[in-house]
Amino acid sequence: MEPVLAQLRDRIVAAHAAKTPLRLRGGGTKDFYGEQLNGEILDTRAHAGIVDYEPSELVITARCGTALSQIDATLARHGQFLAFEPPAFGGDPTIGGVVAAGLSGPRRMSAGAARDFVLGASLLNARGELLHFGGQVMKNVAGFDVSRVLCGSLGILGLITQVSLKVLPRPRVQATLRFEFDGAGALERFNTWRAQPLPISATAWHAGIASVRLAGSPSAVRAARDTLGGETLDEARADDWWSSLRDQRLPLFRENARLWRLSLAATAPLDAAGADLIEWSGALRWLRSDGPAAEIRALAERAGGTAALWHGERNGPMFHPLTASNLALHRRLKNEFDPHAIFNRGRLISEL
Amino acid sequence: MTAAELAPARDKRRDLLTALATIVPSESLLASPEQTAPFECDGLAAFRQSPLAVVLPDTEDQVRRVLRVCHDLAVPLVARGAGTGLSGGAMPCAGGIVLSLAKLTRIHEIDPLACIARVQPGVRNLAVSEAAAPHGLYYAPDPSSQIACSIGGNVAENSGGVHCLKYGLTVHNVLGVRGYTIDGEPIAFGGAALDSPGLDLLALTIGSEGLLMVVTEVTLKLVPRPKLARVVMASFDDVVKAGNAVAAIIAAGIIPAGLEMMDRKATNAVEPFVRAGYDLTAEAILLAESDGTPDEVADEIAQLEQVVKAAGSTQCVVSQSEAERLRFWSGRKNAFPAAGRVSPDYYCMDGTIPRKHLGRVLGAIEDMEKKYNLRCMNVFHAGDGNLHPLILFDANQPGEWERADRFGADILELCVGLGGTITGEHGVGIEKINSMCVQFAPEEREAFFGVKRAFDAGGLLNPGKAIPTLARCAEYGKMHVHHGQLPFADIPRF
Repeated sequence: MEPVLAQLRDRIVAAHAAKTPLRLRGGGTKDFYGEQLNGEILDTRAHAGIVDYEPSELVITARCGTALSQIDATLARHGQFLAFEPPAFGGDPTIGGVVAAGLSGPRRMSAGAARDFVLGASLLNARGELLHFGGQVMKNVAGFDVSRVLCGSLGILGLITQVSLKVLPRPRVQATLRFEFDGAGALERFNTWRAQPLPISATAWHAGIASVRLAGSPSAVRAARDTLGGETLDEARADDWWSSLRDQRLPLFRENARLWRLSLAATAPLDAAGADLIEWSGALRWLRSDGPAAEIRALAERAGGTAALWHGERNGPMFHPLTASNLALHRRLKNEFDPHAIFNRGRLISEL
Repeated sequence: MTAAELAPARDKRRDLLTALATIVPSESLLASPEQTAPFECDGLAAFRQSPLAVVLPDTEDQVRRVLRVCHDLAVPLVARGAGTGLSGGAMPCAGGIVLSLAKLTRIHEIDPLACIARVQPGVRNLAVSEAAAPHGLYYAPDPSSQIACSIGGNVAENSGGVHCLKYGLTVHNVLGVRGYTIDGEPIAFGGAALDSPGLDLLALTIGSEGLLMVVTEVTLKLVPRPKLARVVMASFDDVVKAGNAVAAIIAAGIIPAGLEMMDRKATNAVEPFVRAGYDLTAEAILLAESDGTPDEVADEIAQLEQVVKAAGSTQCVVSQSEAERLRFWSGRKNAFPAAGRVSPDYYCMDGTIPRKHLGRVLGAIEDMEKKYNLRCMNVFHAGDGNLHPLILFDANQPGEWERADRFGADILELCVGLGGTITGEHGVGIEKINSMCVQFAPEEREAFFGVKRAFDAGGLLNPGKAIPTLARCAEYGKMHVHHGQLPFADIPRF
C-alpha cells in the first residue's frame, strides 16, 4: 500500500478501535451539505493524482484527493468532460467529494446523474480493508453495484479512495435560447419539449426568464433553434449563466431566507407556493419559504418527490425523512460497513 | 437421509403447500414433477434443479403473502420472470419454491408528458416500447431477448443491449422500483423524481439478481424516438483492425447509438439463417448506428464512413431504408439462435474488457479453441467492450460440456486479468459463481454478504447465487491448481 494511503488506513483503524468519529473531507466546498458534521477531520487531498486516462476508452480513474479542476482540464485537452456537470460551489472540490456527495449540475436532466457515470470505486472500510467494486469498463454486473451506492453516500460507508468515471466527448456545438415566460408557462414548455427528440441539454427558469441550452451536432442545434425560437444568448454570457447556476452563485442561494430544494415529478403542477427557480425540466425546483417544514415536505410528497432544506436556519433535518422500513435498511447497511459509526457520523441521516 | 430426517422435510413441504394453497388458486400452484419441470432451468439449460413448488401469483398482495410464508417457514425462494436469463440466475433452489412473476403483466400507466411507464415486472421489454410508440417514445435498453424477456428480469440482471453505449443500461433507465423484502415488508426506492434522500438503494437493487427483494412495480424512463436512424456496415480483413476502428470512432468524438462487431465465424453462421446481407469474406464486420434528426444523421454517417475507411475497412455499406437497417441488425440480434443451428449446443460468455485489449483477447480465444478443441464464434457489443464469445459444443459427446465450461472460465479469467469483468450484462447467477472468486477478494465478497444480510438475514432469496462463499472459493482455488474437473454439485447456502 502506498504510504499516503497507509496513513489514511492507520487513522481509520485507530478510529475504529477507539470508536471515535472521523469527518472525511476533501476540498471543503460542501461543508454545508448534510445533517451534522462530527469528528476529527480526515483530509483526503494528499491522496491525489490521475491514475489512468485513455480518451478512447471513455474512462478516467483518479485518486480521491484529485482536484476536480485538474480532471476538468485533463479531459478538456482531449475534448471530453464529465457530462453530469458537477457543481464546484465556487471552490475546488476533490473528485472523491464529488462522488461522495453525488450532486449533479444542469445537464443532469439529459445526461444523467453523477451515479450514472460511476463505473468503479475503491473503499477503505472501517476495518481498514481496501475494497474494489465495479471496475473501469462500461458494463459490469459482477457483484452488487456498491460503487454506485457510494455515490451520494456522503462518506457514511467508508472512505472512497479512488473512482473510475465514464467520460464523454464534449458536444460539438452549444447554444442558449432565452424566453420570457412565467413559471407555469416555462414548466409547460419544458415538459412538452422534453418529450420530443430535441437536443436540449439543460433548462432553467428564474425571475421570469426561461433558458434552454441546446447541445449536439451543428445541424441538430440549428434545427432545434429554428423550431424553438427565442433569443440566442451570446456564448460568454451563456457560459456564465450556466456555471453560476451549477455552482449556486445566483443571489437566491445567498439570501438569509430558508431555501428548499424540491426534487419532484417533472410534470407536477406548480403549486400555489410556486417556485423561485426551476431546473431539470421541472424535476428540480427551488423555493424560498419560511413556512413549516412539515407543510413543505407534504407539498413535495404530493408532487411525487421530496424536499431538502438547502440553506437557512434549520427547523428540522436537512433531508426528507425516510420511511421506517427504508431507515431500518439504512441502519443495517451502515452497521455492516461501519459498525461503530466512525465515518461521517450523522451526516446523511442524523441517527447513523 | 434417514427416515427420521425425511419426516420433518415432508411435514415442512406439506405445511408450505397448505399455506400457499390459501393464497393462490389451485391452478396457480404447481407442485407435481410434470408441472414444475419447465421451471427447472432458465436460458442456461446446463444447470437444472427441481423446485418444491412453483407459485404464480396474479396480484401484488399474493406476492407479499407468499414471501411472508417463505419467511415464516424458512423456505428459500427464487423469483423468476420470463426465464430467458443466461446465467442460471432463475434456476430453482433445492428445497425451495419458484415465485413466477409471469402473470403480473399489467402496464399501469404510460405518461407521455412525464416520459415514464409504470409497469408490473412480468411485462415484456418490447411491450413497453410498443405501448409507448403512439406517443413517439420508447424504452431504450434492448437485450437480444427483448421480445420475450420481462422488465422484472431486466431489473434483476441490469440488462443491456445493443444501444446501451449511448442510452445506458437498465440502471440508467429505471427511475424507481417498488416491492417487498423477504419478510413481506413493502419497500420502494426512487420514483417519479430524479433523486431521493438516503443511500442510492435503487442502484443497489438493480442487478442484484433477486437476492435482495422481489420487485412488483417498476417505473421506467421513456425517451423520444429519434426521427431517423441509419447504420453503417463496415468490413475488415483483420479483427484487430476492426477493434482499432472502434477506438478511432470514439476518439473522433462520436458516440454511436449502437456499435457492434461480429467475426467471420459469426457472420457465416447467421447469414444462411437471417440473410442480413453480411460480407462473408470479411474477418470482421462492424455495425455503427447513428440516430437523430435527418441532417444530424447525415453528418454523423459521413463522419463514420470517413473514420472506418481511414481505419482500413475493405467495404462500407450504409442502410438506405428502415427495412434495410433492421435487416442489418437482425443478423446481430439472431446470433445466439444461429449458434444453436450450427451446433447442437452453445455456451455464451459475457466478459467485458477495456476496448484496447480486443485484439489480444480475440487472439487468446483462438488459441483456446485449439487447446480445448472446440469452435468459438464471436459477437461483441464493441462500443462497450462487452464480448459474447459463443463456444460451440455437443453435450452428448462425453467431455465436451466440461471442456466448454473450462474454456469459458479461461476467457473470464483473461478478462479479469486485463482489468475487465466476468459479466457485463448477463449476471453471475450460478454459472459464473466460481469466476467471482477470481474477480473479488474475500473481503470484497464479505462486503457483498454484508449487503445481503442487511436485506435478507436468513438468506432465503435466491440462495447460492451471485456471491460465492469463502468455502466455495477455497475449493475452486484448490481445483484450479490441480486442473481437476470442475465439480457441479453442492451449492452452498447462506
